[in-house]
This record gives sequence, C-alpha cells and structure tokens, in this order.
Amino acid sequence: MLMDIIINGLINGSVYALLAIGFSLVMGVARIVNIAHTAFYMASAYFIYMGFTFAGLSPLLAMFCALPVTVAVGLACYRLFIKPIQEHEAAVLIGTIALAIAIQEAFLMSFGGSFLGVPPLIKGYTWILGVKVTWQHLLALGVALLVLLAVRLFLMRTSVGLAIRSTAQDREVANLMGMNVTRVAMWAVAVSVGLAAIAGAIVVPLVVLDPHMWMHPLIMMLAIVVLGGLGSIEGSFVGAYIIGFTEALVVFLIPLGAFLKDSVALSIMILVLLIRPEGLFGVVFEEER
Amino acid sequence: MRRLGVLGSVLLAAVLLVGLCGTAQAVEPIKIGVAGPMSFTQGQGHWNGATLAAMEINAKGGVKVGNVKRPIELIKVDTNEFMSIPDATNAMELAITRHKVDFLVGGFRSEAVLVMQDIAMDNKKIFLGCGAAHPELCTRVTKNYNRYKYWFRITPINSKFLGKVIFIQLGTVAAMMKQAFGLKKLSVAIIAEKAAWNEPIVAAAQAALPKMGMKVAGVWRPSPVAKDVTAELGAIQRSGANIIFTSFSASVGIPFAKQWGELQVPAPVVGINVEAQKDGFWAATGGKGEFTQTLNTYARVKMTEHTIPFFDAYMKNFKEAPNYTAGTYDAVLLLAWAVEKAGTLNSDKVVPVLEKSKTVGTAGLLAFSKDHDVIWGPGYVTSLGTQWQGGKNMAVWPYKWEGITFEGTVPVKFPPWVIKRYKK
Repeated sequence: MLMDIIINGLINGSVYALLAIGFSLVMGVARIVNIAHTAFYMASAYFIYMGFTFAGLSPLLAMFCALPVTVAVGLACYRLFIKPIQEHEAAVLIGTIALAIAIQEAFLMSFGGSFLGVPPLIKGYTWILGVKVTWQHLLALGVALLVLLAVRLFLMRTSVGLAIRSTAQDREVANLMGMNVTRVAMWAVAVSVGLAAIAGAIVVPLVVLDPHMWMHPLIMMLAIVVLGGLGSIEGSFVGAYIIGFTEALVVFLIPLGAFLKDSVALSIMILVLLIRPEGLFGVVFEEER
Repeated sequence: MRRLGVLGSVLLAAVLLVGLCGTAQAVEPIKIGVAGPMSFTQGQGHWNGATLAAMEINAKGGVKVGNVKRPIELIKVDTNEFMSIPDATNAMELAITRHKVDFLVGGFRSEAVLVMQDIAMDNKKIFLGCGAAHPELCTRVTKNYNRYKYWFRITPINSKFLGKVIFIQLGTVAAMMKQAFGLKKLSVAIIAEKAAWNEPIVAAAQAALPKMGMKVAGVWRPSPVAKDVTAELGAIQRSGANIIFTSFSASVGIPFAKQWGELQVPAPVVGINVEAQKDGFWAATGGKGEFTQTLNTYARVKMTEHTIPFFDAYMKNFKEAPNYTAGTYDAVLLLAWAVEKAGTLNSDKVVPVLEKSKTVGTAGLLAFSKDHDVIWGPGYVTSLGTQWQGGKNMAVWPYKWEGITFEGTVPVKFPPWVIKRYKK
C-alpha cells in the first residue's frame, strides 16, 4: 500500500504542479491574481478537442495548435479586461472571476454540458514497483518536471526572465531603469497562459471535459499556491506534492471517505497557514512590500 | 351626430362580438412544465422525451378535455440542479407563478427534486418525477397523503428496487465468473459516488453481498464530480476484488470507466453508471469504457410494443439513443390519457385516475403503488442491464430471468484482461 500511496501521490502532485506553476508565475511577477488561469486550461482542452474532433487532427497536432491559440486568447483577454484594471488588485480578482465565468458560459453555449473526452497521447499502462500506472500519467509527471526546469531556466538565464524578476521586485524602479514594464507583464501573462495550455494538453486526456472543469483545479491550485507561499514557484511545486500525497493517503487509508480528499487537503493548507501564515516558501507580506 | 352615435354603437357591438367569438374559438393549450438541467444530457433527455410525446398528441389534434381538444404546450424549466439547488427552486416557482403551468414532469437530482416537489405540492400541481430515485420522494406520499398526493414517480424505479435489480445483475455476473473461471468465493469492491440517493444502495450492498456468498473487499466513496479515480482503482486492485460494483449517476462515471479500461483492472464492472447509459459515453471514454455494464432503462429491445417505435423515433428526431430521463415521453402521454379520462385539468380529479392507471409504457407496464411509486417486477417495469460491446450499448439483462428475455438481448462479455487474469 505504501508504494501505491507514493506513486499515486507523485502523479496527483505532478498534475497539480503543472497547473499551479503558471498561476504562481503570473502572481509572483505581474501581481495578477488570475482566477481565470484554469479557465485557460479549460479553453486549451476544448481547443484540442475541437482540433481533434472537428478538424480531424491527431491529438498531438491538435495540442500543438491549441497552444498558440490559447496564448493568443489569453493575451487578448489580458489587454481587454485585465490591463485596464491591473493597478487595482481587488478589481483584477473580481474581473478575472467574471472572465472565467464568461469563458465557462461560452463553452457551455457552444458544447452544452455534455462530458467529452480527448484520447491520451500514449495509451496503455506499465508497472512501477508493483503499481499500475498509465503512460499518460507518467507523461504528466515528466512534463511537470521539465516545465519546472524550463521555467526556472527562462527566469534565471534569459534577459526577459531577468526583466520579469526585476519588475516583480519593484515595478517602479524597473520602469525608471528604462524597462518596458507593460511588455514585461505581457511576457509574464503569455508564459503563464502557455503553461495553463500545456497543463490542459497533458492533463485533459486523463480527465473529462466539461464547461465547469476549471473550478475544482482552481480551488486546489489556490490551496497549493497559498500553502507553498504566494508567488513562489518552488513553493507551488512542493505544495502540489503535499496536496497530491494527502489525497492519495485519504483514498488508501479512509476509502469510505474518499470524497473527503479535497477537504482534507484544504484543511492541511489551513493548518500550515495557522503555523506559518506566509506559506512554506513565501515571504512575509510586510517584508515583500 | 345621432346617426354617427348609432353607427358607433353598431361598430362597437361588432368588435365586441368578433372579440367574443375569437375568445370562444381560441383553444387554450395544456401547459406542461418540463423541469431538468437543460444544458446537460439529462435535461435534454427530459425535454426530448416530452417533445416527442407532445408532437404525437398534437398531431392527433390534442387532448380531449370535455368537448374540446386542447393542444399540449411544453414549457422549458431549466433547473440547473447540477450546479445550484436554489436555481432549481427559482425555475419551479417561475414555471408555476409566471408561466402558469398545469402540470410538471422531470427532475433529476434527488437533493433538488425533494425541494422542487415541495414547491409543486404547495401549488397543488401534479408533478410526475422522471429522474430522481430517492425513496423519500414517495415515502412522503404515505406520510402526508393530502399534501404529497400530486407526486408520482414514472422513472427510474426507486433506489430500493434499483439496488435489487443491480444485485440480481451482480449475482448473474458472479455466477458467470464462478462458472467460467472456477472461482469459489468472490470478493466485490463497492465504489459509489457520495450522494443522497446512493446511501440506501451502499448500505444494502454491504448487507446483501455476504448473504449472496460474496465478500466485501472494501467501499470507496469518491466525489460525484471527481475527475481522477486512479488512486481508488489502485486501491481496489490492491484489495484483490474480483468484481467492481459501481453506483454512479454523475460525471465521475466517465473517468472511472476510462481509467478502469486504461489500467485494465482485472475485475468486471457491474452496477449503475448513468454516464454509460448515454451515447456520448463511448467517445467520452475514447472507447476505454468498453465492457462497462450498467443498469439502464432503454435499449433497442422489445420490452413492450411501444419500446422500439419510441426508440427509433427518438433516434430519428434527436440523433441519439434515449436515456432514462426521456421517460418524460411516457409521463406526458400518461398525463394526456388521465386528463381525457378525468375530463378536467383539476389536479384533485386527475390524481385518482393516475392512482388507478395501468398503461403500457415504453419500459413496461406502468402502474403505481400506494405511495405513488412506479411498480417494479416481472410483468411491470423491470429495467434493463446494458453493456458496451464493440461501440454499442447492448441489452444484457434480463437474460432468462424469471422467464424473461427481451428480443435483442445478448449475453454479458468479460474483458480480455479479466479472462487472461483468471483463465487457467
């Protein structure tokens, strides 16, 4: 049973990490609490479905096509709905909730509430230490690790990454130093939405498509981000695995309470916040400001 | 002036007469509210079934009430009950107070229908349930007849009978496994979404399995909207279960079937999976849901002389097979029949007619018990067991049960990985 818990925890955690990293990035560097983040993940999933079902593309090609489309939609949403209110954090929060619901309703109107599916990129399963694991889950695990590495390299080794980090540290000083902070924010949003789209591509074959599929990951993602420390990418990664392992523990140790796995995970978040309000890898808010 | 006054009076009288004649000639429709989550397949089933019945009735000139034939007018009552019970209550209030519906059919989630039922009863509106299985909906009729007598359940059979049917189907599969693979004592994993309607089924399963000579390997209760149940499936496989007994009405039925097929868990699946009753299941699971067996209401088998014509008309009009909420078809036809027989729309006079009714529906002989629940059993509504085989949802039960095998029924098939696991 221990191996089951470890393997399932790793897989659950990787899927959550894929979602949480993008959210954390845009929150950390552009100070945008983008509640619509998982709505873009959903949009990516629907674009893949459309490419696969209506355009007759292979799942892989549909995924590659969906990625730029989702990023374009994300950037358009940023320019139209988020940028005008970016200075007001509460307005951004509420505005992105409205945006997410608008995206949900658009897909509900177009596809109805029926549950749809996208085939996995790699079919079948394998055994790892006596536990059955689908190849798609393993792919999610691998991609999550690669994405984390790539995001880290992007932020640490590229000039755009440097600009993003500088802007995140002090927007006004970055502006005074001649950086185009608007463009930097656009970059951050593009990368974030791109990550949501990748998460959509990798995760969607594992789950079910419906216009409300963005809500549950959003809750779990917020919990992970708060648990790991607001805006901390490393924190999100670690938080994702804590939540993932907790869910697996609940299912294996309390099968009758399997439906409680989200509640238990959220309770752990509350517990961590009571002991360490800034989260595991976060900085104290006053310090940050 | 005087001549103009006379002329004016004559014109006024003529206008009034025309108006009166017009009023006398306009036949007021019978308004039936079709309540369901209209953005979802279940609600679409409600609406499509009722639409088909209304089309048939109206094509024949309508429902004869006294000496007048009145057409059926359907009012769409979008309850959105999957997402919000307050939305469902608001929709019901709107249908009754603003649209002035005469009758109501539909409802899906028991938690919502219990509240919707109260609103209908407050307004003395006959409400024919076509979706919710919780026994309390009918128990209320016995407890407080005068208040709840306007409620009747058309479909599905209640949780207690649903449990009975799925245990019979489970027993059939268990017997087949014993016979095919020489297994002596079977172990069964129960996996049921956490929802009110499921509580009696889970309790009954835990009690019934040992009596049926089987061991309970464990009980798992995922959320109705869980998107990933690989951990549950891993735990089930680890438990050594030979059969998985499912009880799902919500979306969790799809990831379960998809991941069960992908992981090739060596235990056949039998029970309820409402998502597996729908045509879209095959595409939603990418074909991985093959061999999923579920309790069902409709398949293209001859349960009564009305089943296949209804099934074909539904396919022709809506390009998909009916799911059980399309039982609104029987509900609307039954209402029309009862209104004609009572000669009035008055609920208090239609109720006794419904209570005594025995009509042949699309899923069996439709009659009601004292608590206004649809009667289950041989000769009445029996329900079906269906299994996905080669992309088609085939009827597999009743198969030689109580002497019943509906024309077109096929035997259950085991997945190849189950055969490989147990075949010596």
